[in-house]
Amino acid sequence: MRHLFASRALGVLTATALTVAAFVVPSQPLLAEDTDPERSSRIVAVGGSVTEVVFALGEEDRLVARDSTSTYPQEAIDLPDVGYIRALSPEGVMSVDPDLILMLEGSGPQEAVDVLKSSGIAIADVPEGFTAESIVAKVRAIGAALGVPDKAEKLSVQLERDLEAAQVDAASRASDLRVLFILSNRGGRILASGADTAADGIIELAGGTNAISDFSGYKQLSDEAILSAAPDVVLMMDRGGNHGAGADELFAHPALGQTPAGKSGNLIRMGGQYLLGFGPRTADAIRDLSAELSSIQGADRS
Amino acid sequence: MSEATASVPRIASWSGFSQVKLGNREALARAVMLLLGVLLVATMLAGLAIGPISVPVLELVPHLARHIASPVEGAPDGVLLRDWIVVKDIRLPRVVLGALVGAALAVSGAVMQGLFRNPLADPGIVGVSAGAGLGAALFIVLGNTALASVMSLLGIYAVPLAAFVGGLITTLLLYRIGTRGGITSVATLLLAGIALGALTGAMTGLLVYVADDQELRDLQFWGLGSLAGANWEKVASAAPIILVMLFCVPFLSRGLNGLTLGEAAASHIGIRVQRLKNIAILLVAAATGASVAVSGGIGFVGIVVPHLLRLTIGPDHRYLLPASALLGACLLIAADTLSRTIVAPAEMPIGIITAFAGAPFFLWILLRKRGLTGL
Repeated sequence: MRHLFASRALGVLTATALTVAAFVVPSQPLLAEDTDPERSSRIVAVGGSVTEVVFALGEEDRLVARDSTSTYPQEAIDLPDVGYIRALSPEGVMSVDPDLILMLEGSGPQEAVDVLKSSGIAIADVPEGFTAESIVAKVRAIGAALGVPDKAEKLSVQLERDLEAAQVDAASRASDLRVLFILSNRGGRILASGADTAADGIIELAGGTNAISDFSGYKQLSDEAILSAAPDVVLMMDRGGNHGAGADELFAHPALGQTPAGKSGNLIRMGGQYLLGFGPRTADAIRDLSAELSSIQGADRS
Repeated sequence: MSEATASVPRIASWSGFSQVKLGNREALARAVMLLLGVLLVATMLAGLAIGPISVPVLELVPHLARHIASPVEGAPDGVLLRDWIVVKDIRLPRVVLGALVGAALAVSGAVMQGLFRNPLADPGIVGVSAGAGLGAALFIVLGNTALASVMSLLGIYAVPLAAFVGGLITTLLLYRIGTRGGITSVATLLLAGIALGALTGAMTGLLVYVADDQELRDLQFWGLGSLAGANWEKVASAAPIILVMLFCVPFLSRGLNGLTLGEAAASHIGIRVQRLKNIAILLVAAATGASVAVSGGIGFVGIVVPHLLRLTIGPDHRYLLPASALLGACLLIAADTLSRTIVAPAEMPIGIITAFAGAPFFLWILLRKRGLTGL
């Protein structure tokens, strides 16, 4: 019985220790000292388009780390990777000793962002959006955070002009094809993008029509939904793994094969970050996509 | 040693007690528990000390103790704010949550194995965690809409409680399906676990369809299992449930020991079998639910820990249960420390680490115990 008591006592002790630890009261977030943005020289960029904008502004020397979605340009890949934009590790981010974190809207998890804020590191929120205007808004927000508003203004004007030209160009081709963006077709399950997505935005800008408009976000499509969406062309990201199915394999899907896209084998592949990033390269992406769309339309008509 | 002679003590050690060895075993068990207690303190300190940022932890420990006694805002004098936040708001909650969840999962595994009289029973494998995950998912997705009133009433306890109810329903169903005439068929149990897992998976899939992007991200977290989101709020929501379980479970040891003889024999020696089962199921569901709610599905702790301990200190639940709590806490803190450091500055989800270590171990038990598990 004495042994039993000993084992219980040990259990009680462990539990008590844990209880005491549980009552360490978290303190309120500590106010960050106002850091002069011009002097921040150790910057973490979170979000592929954020990193691209920093490079486009010529401020890349101030970057010390990036997230895993920042894969362009090549030099960005050489920077330490603090993980996926939505799965940041607060201690990992702090370990590169940043004095400014540029965070694309949607970065997380919230717990990690809260801890980073309480640590006194300056955090600049960069708004995300899927229109030409939102790209300019990103550039201005990043320029302000980096203390280079003049450079940002110059880049904004240049991007604005470029995006407008690309859109006019796309509109003149006026393909108006129904485009189905497929995020993944793993296991024959078609995961497609509805309204309020980056894919929806770029299809619109390139003069196409998103074949899906009755839901927002990314959802799995039933066979009947695929048939009634009746896409003229399928758009996918160009990368390995389950995203990289070939046209033959893709259109072997019973429902997808019956759509206009399936019958004529119309599949467009583009780099994911290039196509969906909504950054400095988006004008080029609009031109590429619109050119692909109009060549498909030309082929279909003839 | 031939196979035949080797398997005899193994059977004896599982289904009953080898009286000859009992004295030695008790001394050994006490020594092992003492060792595990020391190991837990060491692991907790290591968990506080190791990470991508190097921090003078030993200097900070007295400050932490003072902070617990009288909390003050800001870092203490002479301590870098960064170091203070890393230790107090990132590592300490993770270590404490890791200890709680590790202990809860390991003890849940040990209790279920005693209850089902089978070394392969584990909340993760037979689908209790999946049921708990469904309960949690329900509140994550519908908490702001259909279940908003319940959510505001229960606050931070809503998700753990929902996970508890999900885990409880699954455990009860499993027990009903897998046990006939007081005998648990492991094949039925595991297959029922697969079926329930598919069902809860389908229901979670349904929730995914109605979830918005933010809720989807939160849901995705269940799949992998991670202590990355640990903060004091999560500790406060899980700690009461898990601590109650850890306090109560030692009182089940005599009953679980008796149950190894079979239900009939157990009731002959004065154990109220039905009551024992009810309490055990309730405790396992509560602790698994609370763990799943704060850390998602971390697998295999409930299998590996009790099994390792049975090999060293034997099957006596008086020692097995507290020792499981200690070793489970140690292992999960260690795995979490690894998850924070191996791909730094990014992070590897802890569920991947425990699965890599646990799945081969599970297969090994399966092969070793092939004759005993009824498969």
